[in-house]
Amino acid sequence: MTSPLRIGFIPLVDAAALIVAVDKGFTAAEGLDVTLVREVSWSNVRDKLNIGLFDAAHLLAPVAIASSLGLAHVKVPIVAPFNLGLNGNAITVSPGLHTAIMAELDGDRFDPAATARALARVVAKRRKAGAEPLTFGMTFPFSTHNYQLRFWMAAAGVDPDEDVRLVVLPPPYMVDSLASGHVDAFCVGAPWNSVAVDRGIGHILHFVADILVRAVEKVLAVRQDWSEKHPDVLKALLRAHIGAADFIEQPENRAEVASILAQPERIGVDADVIRRTLDGRLKISPDGTLRESNRYLLVGREGAGRPDPMQAAWLYAQMVRWGQVPLSGDALQTAMAVFRPDLYDAVQAPGQTAGERSEAIGAFAGPAFDARDIEGHLRAFAIGRWKPRG
Amino acid sequence: MRAEQSPKIVIVDESPIRAAILQEGLREAGFTGVVHINEMQSLLSRIYALDPDVILIDLENPSRDVLEQMFQVSRAVRRPIAMFVDQSDAASIQASVEAGVSAYIVDGLRKERIKPILDLCISRFNAFAKLQDELARTKSALEERKVIDRAKGILMKLKGLTEDEAYVLLRSTAMREKKKIGEIAQSILTASEILK
Repeated sequence: MTSPLRIGFIPLVDAAALIVAVDKGFTAAEGLDVTLVREVSWSNVRDKLNIGLFDAAHLLAPVAIASSLGLAHVKVPIVAPFNLGLNGNAITVSPGLHTAIMAELDGDRFDPAATARALARVVAKRRKAGAEPLTFGMTFPFSTHNYQLRFWMAAAGVDPDEDVRLVVLPPPYMVDSLASGHVDAFCVGAPWNSVAVDRGIGHILHFVADILVRAVEKVLAVRQDWSEKHPDVLKALLRAHIGAADFIEQPENRAEVASILAQPERIGVDADVIRRTLDGRLKISPDGTLRESNRYLLVGREGAGRPDPMQAAWLYAQMVRWGQVPLSGDALQTAMAVFRPDLYDAVQAPGQTAGERSEAIGAFAGPAFDARDIEGHLRAFAIGRWKPRG
Repeated sequence: MRAEQSPKIVIVDESPIRAAILQEGLREAGFTGVVHINEMQSLLSRIYALDPDVILIDLENPSRDVLEQMFQVSRAVRRPIAMFVDQSDAASIQASVEAGVSAYIVDGLRKERIKPILDLCISRFNAFAKLQDELARTKSALEERKVIDRAKGILMKLKGLTEDEAYVLLRSTAMREKKKIGEIAQSILTASEILK
């Protein structure tokens, strides 16, 4: 046995590979003694990882990048040797906003271009009527949720900083805030979208896979210096995660996985809600309408676990687009270097991955993403808070 | 500059007792402008309205992430706010996180002005945790006493013992079994429930 490890997580379904790795004995089989620590905020997870109270953490991919760049906070280089999940978020809207968007819809309701155009018309009408701007909840300034909401609405000309309000809300408060009218919509991970639908106060408008075919969500994060000091522990941890992710993806294991995750000290919601998320079979409206997607949340399948620096570059481009960081070649390199496929490959023979093709992102709007020309890529989008260089 | 006189401090804490303990400590140390927020709805707009120099928030509070929004370039923000993360003061940061409190400081407030506030925070948070601990211990001691009293009653009735004899029997059994008296008493209660 190696020295005990403390790993932080937020109670969300995309912590599945970490939780199953520990609770189903994958880490113990690797000789690791892991204690999982449930946290209440991403700020806590980030700080405890940064100052060494955690050895590893379930972390928002953009937070790992922001920490390595020292954005708005202390600069601590982080590496991500494993993706805990791809996709998995959804946009949920209040019944009132749902009705308004559906009334303006000029295309397929699962086509994000069509819903964004409808949203633009709703926003314009509200402005004309002198109504308050719509408020959208998301989980953190450096979050996929923030960028996904912005990407979606800006595609139809809705400026996320001028035309609506975006506010940070802790995930456990999302549903109550939608119910009380504090927000009109939110983008969050599982289980909270399903919880809102089950309570009859929300409609799932989009799975994030509608907006981006392949979007990295949470990563297993460790400090770079820790990864260099403990290469063998890290390898053992990675093998345990890869084993757990494979276990989760076997349909016959889903019931067991859902009951492990449902434990009160883990995610603490109904196993059935978790099962729906893992199966990609979600109730999207209070009337019971079901929607299935084989891309709702990817844990391990389709090479999901292997970090792809192209994904890090795309997230960095969003940070630039929305004015969180100036465009620089050095910063781009730093961001891409956070994602470490080499560490993953050291324990797993290269398998099926998306590689460095444009489908690595698969956004519904704009040109295919090209990390070699972020400036050119961002010029294709009319709305943004960034300034071209020179 | 106002910050050079007495910095305005906001405490964000859902525990009214802990907030009161901290507030009192800060007042005693001469920090007069202290406001406590325990309502998490519309937290940011309250903070913007109060315009504090220092924000203290407990780490059990999910709304910490809401505060991170203050770093973002936005029309709503008047002054940049940075977390107390001077990299040279790692020990102080670690102590505060371990005590369960975090601080956000308006840019420009001098470090020597911040240190006493943070130190006070750490000691009061630790004192509160100790109090809670003692309370929990007292509660469980009281519970244990009740269990022992009931077990004594059962022994007195079933074996015709006096109260002192019943206690001696409990204690000697506990010593022989290398268990706590409370555990032996609990197993007597459980057994008597089953055999009822």
